[in-house]
Amino acid sequence: MLEVRGLHVAVGGTEILRGVDLSVKAGEVHAIMGPNGSGKSTLTQVLAGHPAYTVTAGTATYEGKDLLALKPEERAREGLFLAFQYPVEIRGITNSYFLRSAVNAVRKHRGQEELDPLDFLAVLEEKLKAIGWDDTLMNRPVNEGFSGGEKKRNEILQLAVLEPRLALLDETDSGLDIDALKTVANAVNKLRAADRSFVIVTHYQRLLNFITPDVVHVLADGRIVKSGGPDLAHELEAKGYDWLRAGAMVS
Amino acid sequence: MVAVERLVQAYRAFAGNGASGAPAWLKELRDGGIARFGSLGFPTTKQEAWRFTSVAPIAETTFELAHPASRIPKLDAIQPFLLGDGPRLVFVNGFLVRSLSTPLSDGVRLDGLAQALVDTPDLVRQHLGKYAAFAERPFAALNTAFVRDGAFVHVAARRKVEEPMQLLFLATTPTETNGVRLVAHPRNLIVLEREARATIVETYATLGDGVHWTNAVTEVVAGDGARADCYRVQRESDRAYHVAVTDIHQGRDSTVHVHAVSCGAALARHDLRGTLAGPGGYLILNGLYLLAGEQHADHHTAIDHATPHCESHEYFNGVLDGRSRGIFNGRIIVRPGAQKTDSKQTNNNLLLSRDAHADSQPQLEIYADDVKCTHGSTVGPLDPKALFYLESRGIGEVEARRLMTYGFAAEILNRMDVEPLRAQLDGIVRARLAE
Repeated sequence: MLEVRGLHVAVGGTEILRGVDLSVKAGEVHAIMGPNGSGKSTLTQVLAGHPAYTVTAGTATYEGKDLLALKPEERAREGLFLAFQYPVEIRGITNSYFLRSAVNAVRKHRGQEELDPLDFLAVLEEKLKAIGWDDTLMNRPVNEGFSGGEKKRNEILQLAVLEPRLALLDETDSGLDIDALKTVANAVNKLRAADRSFVIVTHYQRLLNFITPDVVHVLADGRIVKSGGPDLAHELEAKGYDWLRAGAMVS
Repeated sequence: MVAVERLVQAYRAFAGNGASGAPAWLKELRDGGIARFGSLGFPTTKQEAWRFTSVAPIAETTFELAHPASRIPKLDAIQPFLLGDGPRLVFVNGFLVRSLSTPLSDGVRLDGLAQALVDTPDLVRQHLGKYAAFAERPFAALNTAFVRDGAFVHVAARRKVEEPMQLLFLATTPTETNGVRLVAHPRNLIVLEREARATIVETYATLGDGVHWTNAVTEVVAGDGARADCYRVQRESDRAYHVAVTDIHQGRDSTVHVHAVSCGAALARHDLRGTLAGPGGYLILNGLYLLAGEQHADHHTAIDHATPHCESHEYFNGVLDGRSRGIFNGRIIVRPGAQKTDSKQTNNNLLLSRDAHADSQPQLEIYADDVKCTHGSTVGPLDPKALFYLESRGIGEVEARRLMTYGFAAEILNRMDVEPLRAQLDGIVRARLAE
């Protein structure tokens, strides 16, 4: 699904990622943990194609394609999705109008007929039902005046509707209380599928109490310094990150 | 000064001829108007209120005072500006065209001002010129000098009018008038008595795409507990000059929603003032200016909190393309004793080209201490973070830009309740985006 090799990334002349290797197979859930400033968010942003980041070395292959050669919208149309840490407000555009535009952009790319508002509503209702949510966010302008929890929920809602093959979740748990966290985690669990992979970036282990990853990675100082099974998350919760950073420096 | 003298002479001809049958009070009002215009003259950019807007193109063009049209436009020609079959008044160059209009009487009066001056002179006299002060406003003074026709709307106490009443002001251009450039001074008076309710849509448009000048004044009175929804659309030819004053006077516990869209004219200036003259008043000013090419639009708004416990919300968005220029000046006055005032103002300007320019000037004058007043303004291009957000959902850059620009305008249009008008304006926005 995704093969990242020796990825070096800089922003404004400062190198943030210094040789990241990551291999995600179809249906797997990977968690990327690490201290603040380790480059976790940068990794998701660069994979989604944010123009502020410059790839200085390395490759990223997605489903056999050179991911880094694609524009952000092309990556999305090929099935890549980023749930933003800080979702952005789009004034004057309702969530449902925005989502229909996004769904139709993907459908057009696949050579499918575009959905009119009524068809889209039917699709939307089905997706909402699947994750057990109502449509209260749909007729409000995108993220405008949304609470922190609503913004994160809205990201997962988009994920459900757009049906990506690779979903990157950037600190989806930050700013959520425990109930909101469970709601979001339950929805993600319902969206897990054999042909859909997740890369979940988080600072804390608590999201992983509800979403069990297949692989846990620790990103520190721009490199993946340790990988392991779900237990690694618990170990990090108990011991913090410093022992790994020191080790990285010795090696 | 030549231009001012020319207008004063035109007034003398007007006063001695077409307007000679007017009652004494009206003659006095007109004389006062021309005297004031004569001493004020055209404003210059040295004056604070006109700092960003030069009216030299108006002063330097010879305009002739319009007369009632001899040729009536066909219904087909005005159809694009109409909102269905509701009650309406249609004006050509400021004069009512009865054959295209559907006047109302009996509790709700919808008619030309000239007719109202004959039918209900006392009612007109009670209100005309009482709100649109012209001591410091040369164009309002000039309009007052030439008061003759326009719209008169009167809604009796407790009367509720469901259907929107449309006031359509059409201007003809030199192609239809043997090369003569016309000026019209439509004067509108809208009076809602206590607890009355009505929706009024003022539309200004041009038949053709030539030069003309509209100098309009609209006075709106909302009595105690009344609710007025006032829509105003200025979509004149992009070679037209449009100057307008709207003055709104609100009684106790009244509610007024004003929606103002300006997308036409080469040079447009709109002075919009709401006075909350009784406690418990509520005022919304919701405006959009959509400019391109060489267009210049200047909105000067003022909300006067003259009494306590009133609330006002103001939202103005500007979308500026090409080499256009938009000016927003938003004054909020909280008078001494106007405690518990709650006033919010926002003005956001979207610049779609490097040569477009916007000036945003909030102006708060607060003379009471227990009040809530906030204001915010932005001027800038599309937010790159929002652009990336849309792209990351599969929406291409061109479409993403269009969507965000549309949203900027739709934010204002979405507050409008008159669906046929909202749809009409939505069409104008989309057509602009497709260019």
